[in-house]
Amino acid sequence: MNGLVWARRRRTAARFWTSYRQNRAGLFGLVVLALFVLTALLAPVLTPDNALSVTRPPGSPLEGPSAEFPLGTDRSGRSMIDMIIWGSRVSLTVGFWATFISIAFGTLFGILAGHFGGWGSSLLMRVTDWFLVMPSLVLGVALAAVLGRSLTTIIVAIGVTSWPTTARLVRAQTLAVEARPYIERARALGGGHLHVMSNHVLPNVMPIVLAQTTLMVGSAILTESTFAFLGLGDPTTASWGATIQAARDVGAVSSRMWWYILPPGIAIVLVVLAFTLVGRAIEGVLNPKLRERRG
Amino acid sequence: MSLLEVKDLTVTYRASTSAASPEKRGSAGAGDVPAVRGVSFTLDAGQKLGLAGESGCGKSTMALALLRLLPKTAHLTGEIRFDGEDLLTMSWGRLRAVRWAGASIVFQGAMHSLNAVQRIGAQIGEPIRLHSPKVGDAEIRRRVGELLEHVGLPARRADAYPHELSGGQRQRVMIAMALACDPQLIVADEPTTALDVMIQAQILTLIESLVAEQGISLLMISHDLSVLADTCDRLAIMYAGRIVEEGPAATVFGAARHPYGQALAAAFPRIGDPASRRRLQGLAGDPPDPADLPAGCSFHPRCAVRLGHCDLVDPSLWPTAGREVPDDGESHKGKGNRPAGDGTRAACVRVLPDDGLSLVEKESA
Amino acid sequence: MSEPIPNAPILSAEDVHVEFEARRGDGRARAVDGVNLDIAPGEIVALVGESGCGKTTLARTLLGLEKPTSGRVLHRGIPLAYTSKALKRFRRDVQLVLQDPSGSLNPRHTVYDAVAEGLRIHGDVPDERERVADALSRAGLRPPERFFLRFPHELSGGQRQRVVIAGALVLEPNVIVADEPVASLDASVRGEILALLLRLRDELGLAALVVTHDLGLAWNIADRVAVMYLGRIVETGPVEKILTAPEHPYTQALLSVLPEAPGAPVVLQGEPPDPTRIPAGCRFHVRCPVLASGAAAAAGVDGRCRGDDPGVLAGGTAIQVACHYARTVSSPDGPSDGPAAAARP
Repeated sequence: MNGLVWARRRRTAARFWTSYRQNRAGLFGLVVLALFVLTALLAPVLTPDNALSVTRPPGSPLEGPSAEFPLGTDRSGRSMIDMIIWGSRVSLTVGFWATFISIAFGTLFGILAGHFGGWGSSLLMRVTDWFLVMPSLVLGVALAAVLGRSLTTIIVAIGVTSWPTTARLVRAQTLAVEARPYIERARALGGGHLHVMSNHVLPNVMPIVLAQTTLMVGSAILTESTFAFLGLGDPTTASWGATIQAARDVGAVSSRMWWYILPPGIAIVLVVLAFTLVGRAIEGVLNPKLRERRG
Repeated sequence: MSLLEVKDLTVTYRASTSAASPEKRGSAGAGDVPAVRGVSFTLDAGQKLGLAGESGCGKSTMALALLRLLPKTAHLTGEIRFDGEDLLTMSWGRLRAVRWAGASIVFQGAMHSLNAVQRIGAQIGEPIRLHSPKVGDAEIRRRVGELLEHVGLPARRADAYPHELSGGQRQRVMIAMALACDPQLIVADEPTTALDVMIQAQILTLIESLVAEQGISLLMISHDLSVLADTCDRLAIMYAGRIVEEGPAATVFGAARHPYGQALAAAFPRIGDPASRRRLQGLAGDPPDPADLPAGCSFHPRCAVRLGHCDLVDPSLWPTAGREVPDDGESHKGKGNRPAGDGTRAACVRVLPDDGLSLVEKESA
Repeated sequence: MSEPIPNAPILSAEDVHVEFEARRGDGRARAVDGVNLDIAPGEIVALVGESGCGKTTLARTLLGLEKPTSGRVLHRGIPLAYTSKALKRFRRDVQLVLQDPSGSLNPRHTVYDAVAEGLRIHGDVPDERERVADALSRAGLRPPERFFLRFPHELSGGQRQRVVIAGALVLEPNVIVADEPVASLDASVRGEILALLLRLRDELGLAALVVTHDLGLAWNIADRVAVMYLGRIVETGPVEKILTAPEHPYTQALLSVLPEAPGAPVVLQGEPPDPTRIPAGCRFHVRCPVLASGAAAAAGVDGRCRGDDPGVLAGGTAIQVACHYARTVSSPDGPSDGPAAAARP
C-alpha cells in the first residue's frame, strides 16, 4: 500500500515537472534561483575570510574593475563581487522569513475567516483593509524606531504588512471550496470544523498558496532593499539595498562608478524576476484554467 | 424530398491540428478520436426525429455538426443535405444564412446560453437583425413581443434580464430565439434536461404545438428515451458514434430489437407496471472509449445476449423484418444504407436471418 | 439520558418547520412548513416534489445539517441533540449520498481516502483497509484493491456514485439519505445504482430516504412515497397506492405529465409559488385543476379550499391526503382522512 502511494506521488511529481518544463520562462527563473541559492549557501567558501571586513579590507576604496576585483571595490575597499555574494544571503533570508510569516498568518486567518464566516470574517476583512492601505514603509520606520534597526525589524515589518493579501486570497478560495458538495459529504460523515479545514480546504488552497509564496518572496526582497536603501536596514549586514545606499552616499552616480551601483541593482532585479517567473509557472501548472488560456 | 438528409457522416476529433492535412483524411492517425462513425438518416418536412443515447455516444457532436458549429479540431466527412444543398461544401456566407434562418438550435443549458448582461428582448431580436438588416427597430420589437407571446411569456418580459427568469422561462426564451427567423428545422439538444417534470411537460407541450402549427421539422436529442418516445414520430438510438436502432417511436421504445435499445428502454420505468417494480436490470459496464473501440460490434462487451462471432462482425442497420442476407459486400460497412421505410432497422446480428454468420465469412474472405 | 425506544421509527420528523431569511425582499421563506415523516428500519421512503418544494431542506434537517426552526428530529425515538458529540454519534447511523458524484468527491483524494474518511473521522483506525475494501465491494466495485488509488476523475459517473455510496456504507449506518442519487447519471447506469440500494436493503437491512423529483424512481424502489408541495407533505402512503390511484390533484397532475402516462396530461401552468408567500387556505388552491374545473364547487368544498388549511399530515405508514376535495369525495379503497389531519385545524 505504502509503496503504491509513493509510486503514485512520484508519478504526480513527474507529471508536474513535465508540465512545468514546457514553460521556458519558468525554467529560466528556476535556474537563476538555483544559482542564487547556491551562491548564498557557499558564500563563506567562495569569498576570503576578510571579505566583509572594514578594518582589514582586501583592496583600497573605490577601485575600478581589475583582474583582482572584477567589479571593483566599495568605499571601504571590499570586493564588490564578494559584497554581492554575501548580499544574496541577506536577501534570501529576509525573503524566506518575511514570506513565511505572511503565508502562515495569511493562510491561517484566511481559512478561519472563510470557514466560519459571520462577524469574525467581517472583522478580518476590515483588518485586512486597514493593513492594505497602510504602507509597509511607514510601519517599517515606526518599528525601526521601537525595535531598533535590524534584520528582524525588516522581516516583521514586511510580514505584518503583506499577510492580508494572502488572507484575502485564501479566504476567497476557501469560500469556493466550501461550496463544493464534498464538504457537505464530509460534514454528513461526522467531520468537524478541524477535519473539514485540514483535510479538504487546506489541500485545495495549497496550490494557490504555493504560487503566492514564490511571488511574495520576490516582493519581500524588493521591500528589504528599499528599507536598506532608506537606511532602515541593519548597518552591519551587507545587503544589496544597503550597498546601493552606500554607493549613492559616495556619489557613485555622478562619479560614473557603475560597478558600485549597477551590480547590486541587477542582482535584485534578477532574483525578483526569477521568483516571479517561477511563481507564474507554478500557478500555470496548478491552475488548469490558466493553462487552457495559455494553450 | 427530405428536408434533411445525412449520409455516412463521420466526425473525427484530431489530436493535433497539424495532423489534419487534407491528404491524410480517411486514414485515422494516432490520437484521433472518432466521435461520429458513419451516421445516415433522413428527416422529412414536418417530421419529428428523436436521437437518444448516453453521454459520450456522439449525439451532441452530431447536433453541432449539422450546423457546422464544431471546433477546428473536428474533421467531417460524408454529406449533410439541407433542402438539397450540401452543408459541408457550402460557402461561409450561405452557411450563415442557413444557420438560424433555415435551421436553428435550442441548446441544453439555457442558463449558460443566454447573455447575462443583455435584455432577453435584444437577444431574441439579434438573429432577426443579423439576417434581415433592413428591418427597423420598431418592427423587431413587435416581432420579439409576438415571439414571446408565442412561447407563453408576456411581451413586456422582453425588458427582463435572464437572471430575473426561472429555468423554465429561460428555456422558453431559448425557444423564442430559435423561432425568430422562421426556421424549417429546429435542433433541440436536451431541451428539458435539468427541468422539473411539470416544467418539462410545459416545454414539451410548447415545442410540440409550435412544431405542429408551423410545420417545422424537429430533431430532438436527449438521453431520456421516454421523453423522445412521447414527443417524436421516429426514434434513433446512438451508441459509440453510430445509430444502432432506428424506427417508429412506439416500436423502438416499446419493442426494441437491439440489446442496447432494449436496455435503454428498460431504464425508464412505467409507473403501474409491476415488471419495473423492485426489479431493475442495469446495463453493466461503461460506454467504450471512442479512441479505443472494441473490435466487431462495439456493444458486444456489455451485451447480455452476445454470440460467439459478435467480436468479429460490425453489422450495419438492417430491417428487423428483413429476410435476405446482405448480398453486396458494402452494406455491412455502414455505406449504402437502405432508404428508411416505415420499418425498424437495427444494427445487431440477431436481426439477420442467419445471425450474421455469412458476414463472418465475408469478413475473413 | 433516554434509551432508544424499541420499534420506534429509525428516523422521524415531528412537526418540523425550517425558515430562512428570504434572499430578496423582506419576510421569511418557510422552506419546510410543518412536516411529519417516519422512516422505519429497512424501509425505503421516497420524498417526491418539484425543485423549491423544500424536499432537500427537509432531508438536510433529518441529517442534522440544518436545525429546525421549530419541531424536532427523532433518532430511534430520541430527540436529536445538536451538540457536536451527539451529532457525531448520530452520523454513524445516518449517512448521506448526494446527487452529483463528481462534486461530492474531493478531486485531490484517492478512492481509498474518500471511503476511509468516515472511519478516520470516527477514529476507527484498526482494520481500516479491510473495511474500506469491504465497503467498496458491497458497493459493487470489485476487486476493491484495483480502485484504491484511483482519483475521481479517472472513474466513470456510475463508479463515482458507487464510491460515494461505499463511503457512506463504511460506517455501517442504518439509514441512508440519498438526494437525487441517479439524477446526474446515464440511463443505463441508473438501474445499476438503484438495484444496489435495493440489494443493500435486503442484505444489510438499510433504510433509505430517497429525495427525488422522479416519480419513476419511487416506483422502481420505494415502499412508501411522500409527495411534497411548498413545504408540506400533501399526500403519503404505499407506492402501489399513491402512484396508481393518487387522490391529491397535485399528485395526479405530476403523474399525468410523465411521458408514458395514459390519458391527457394535466399540465399545471406557472412555476411552483414562492415559499415567502404561501397562499392562504389550501396552499395548492391557486394552481389546483380540481378547483379550476368547478369540481370542488360541485362537491361544496371550494370555500374551504380557499379559506381552510387542510392541515399537517401525521407520520406513520397510513394513506393520507391533504385535500378537502379528496376527503369529501372519498374513494372506496382507503381512508383518505388522516387522523392527525382531522385533529389539526
